[in-house]
Amino acid sequence: MSVSVQTENFDVAALYEALKVDAPRIGAIVTFTGLVREFNDDASVESLYLEHYPGMTERVLESLIEEAAKRWPIINAFIVHRVGELKPSDQIVFVGVNSAHRDAAFAAAEFLMDILKTKAPFWKKELGPEGSKWLDAKTSDDERATRWH
Amino acid sequence: MSTVKILYFARLRDELDCAEEIFDLPHDSCSVSELKQALADRGDAWRKVFNDGQLLAAVNQAMANADTRISANDEVGFFPPVTGG
Repeated sequence: MSVSVQTENFDVAALYEALKVDAPRIGAIVTFTGLVREFNDDASVESLYLEHYPGMTERVLESLIEEAAKRWPIINAFIVHRVGELKPSDQIVFVGVNSAHRDAAFAAAEFLMDILKTKAPFWKKELGPEGSKWLDAKTSDDERATRWH
Repeated sequence: MSTVKILYFARLRDELDCAEEIFDLPHDSCSVSELKQALADRGDAWRKVFNDGQLLAAVNQAMANADTRISANDEVGFFPPVTGG
């Protein structure tokens, strides 16, 4: 189980291989990679800037994995989240979970992403030639997270 | 003297033009809501930030509520709703 908050990009293939190491017991690996979407309706946005709360963010991510491990029989889980300036198509977040069977791995990965989006201290700012703007939290993310209460 | 470290993140840091400060507590300890009131009394920009019902607080890097106690050498973080992932 490990978490990383980092400015540098991450290698999904290497993370996948790391989730495979205890192979005989593992019957399923589920990975999710989140990318920075095109800034659809606003051409004046050139990039995103991501900020976190050093120390607390890592603790929250670790606690999410602990919670997932209580709910499902997962064997290992990784969360990687990038901070700093990111452009469209850049990888921003990775969640990977392995377990003996797919149902636990699917559920735990989805739980980790849903709760990360509403509980982990990260904030996004849009950057453009005319300045910058902090994004507001989405109620759709809150609604999605309530499924796991 | 009971001092605490206060950190401000994201939109709050920009609106208050302050990333962190050392703050003298009015008493040996106080609640999060009492600290918010003391900060709100600093002026208009502070009042606007600390009267926002969506403002979140953490004490020693754990989520806090209005009644959470704060005492000497604690670290208090204030921030808006999160938007990561």
